[in-house]
Amino acid sequence: MIPEAFEYFAPSSIQEAISLARRYGGDAKFLSGGHSLLPMMKLRLAAPKYIIDLAGIGELTQISEEGDSLKIGALVTHKAIETSDEIQSRCRLLAEAAFEIGDPQVRSCGTIGGSVAHADPAADYPAALLALDAEVRIEGPSGGRSVRASDFFVDLFTTALQQGELLVAIHVPVLAHNVGTAYKKLRQQASGFALVSAAAVVAKDEGGKCTHIAVGISGVGPKAFRASKVEESLLGKTLTEKNITNASHHVTASVDVQNDIHASAEYRSAMADLFAKNAIWVAANRAE
Amino acid sequence: MEITLTINDRTFKADVEPRLLLVHFIRENACLTGTHIGCETTTCGACTILLDGKAVKSCTLLAVQARGKRLTTVEGLMKNGRLHPIQEAFWEEHGLQCGYCTPGMIMAAYHLLQENPNPSDEQIRRGLEGNLCRCTGYQNIVKAIQSAAAKLA
Ligand SMILES: Cc1cc2nc3c(=O)[nH]c(=O)nc-3n(C[C@H](O)[C@H](O)[C@H](O)COP(=O)(O)OP(=O)(O)OC[C@H]3O[C@@H](n4cnc5c(N)ncnc54)[C@H](O)[C@@H]3O)c2cc1C
Ligand code: FES
Ligand code: FES
Repeated sequence: MIPEAFEYFAPSSIQEAISLARRYGGDAKFLSGGHSLLPMMKLRLAAPKYIIDLAGIGELTQISEEGDSLKIGALVTHKAIETSDEIQSRCRLLAEAAFEIGDPQVRSCGTIGGSVAHADPAADYPAALLALDAEVRIEGPSGGRSVRASDFFVDLFTTALQQGELLVAIHVPVLAHNVGTAYKKLRQQASGFALVSAAAVVAKDEGGKCTHIAVGISGVGPKAFRASKVEESLLGKTLTEKNITNASHHVTASVDVQNDIHASAEYRSAMADLFAKNAIWVAANRAE
Repeated sequence: MEITLTINDRTFKADVEPRLLLVHFIRENACLTGTHIGCETTTCGACTILLDGKAVKSCTLLAVQARGKRLTTVEGLMKNGRLHPIQEAFWEEHGLQCGYCTPGMIMAAYHLLQENPNPSDEQIRRGLEGNLCRCTGYQNIVKAIQSAAAKLA
């Protein structure tokens, strides 16, 4: 399986990458880890005429602290996110989600920018980024902008990125120590992608009442989404197992649930409730 | 495109098409056929090599992405005419039958043991998630890696 021929560019700066993308428009594709793009090119589902390899742009590989958020460069690999001390101690949810991606070889190559830009409905980061209220930083021909995760994922494999725009970083908030998080995933055994996954961020007061809750769900519909009904019904309530179970119902009520050879829509919906409940329960217990 | 890369401490230079996959460079340009091609779809792990020390599937990288990098293939493990302890352990514990998956298994195991010299059964299975074997049922592969971990300790 050999991709169609293309011309290859290896820019060394963001500006250079953007001007190449502008020059070649819809015939060009950025290449990060290549672990979504190359499989598609080998199957000839994609046949870009120009490949703009981002690997030489050093500043995209950094993780740094900016105010009360962590800035994660687009080229940071899943592996680096899974193992970074900074991310493990300040945003454990993202490290847990990264650890669930594919297999070790995939995690060595794949990048957060590539995954988020690709917006596979069964990818792991989107659920976590929604629950974290993360921001996506974009640079393009007409300047830079930031988009909230909730506005970024638009539809199946469709994001807020416009033609020629480059995703440069993801900003995730540094969570206070008393906030609990958890990521729970039901894997499709052959590919490792999520049939369902749930990311929960929970805070509670001394009495055990929920003061903040955010739940992101992936794998179920055409795009990741927030389980807002579940969040609303738990906010202000005591985080007992019973309350959490009662709230974790009809998670997929307003979603067009996928029905395919891997799982029926009915099964996916049932599992979405269960995995949302499990993620909230674990996060609630981790919250102090 | 002119590229230079190092495989098992030998430097290779070639003029390649950008679409050439790394695994084809390794097998056809460098003539190192120990690295196998199984699925070609990033699933089986038979093509696993080390790229700057990390296990990767060489069917899902372009040769041009590896320019200037250091690669290790299964041929690079033997030192001074002696098999690497992981290779010995696969032999002794019957960690292979047809052998098709073995180079990839060994390279994935090499990476796993570098990161975690004393893995549990469960960690070994998790570390080999990207590698499929159609023959052994995995039991002896896990045993071989445990035995290799003991040899390397
Ligand atoms: C066997 C296998 C199993 C997998 N399992 C999982 C899994 O369980 N969970 C999961 O979440 N993912 C999984 N993946 C996907 C993997 O995480 C990919 O690495 C990821 O989806 C894409 O990241 P990449 O860096 O490889 O991007 P690439 O493949 O290089 O790019 C993907 C797309 O994004 C565009 N792009 C890349 N970078 C940028 C950028 N900075 N700005 C704008 N556009 C950009 C590209 O043009 C391309 O269209 C799996 C992949 C494989 C091969
Ligand atoms: S040949 Fe590369 S993963 Fe199967
Ligand atoms: S020994 Fe035959 S595939 Fe593993």
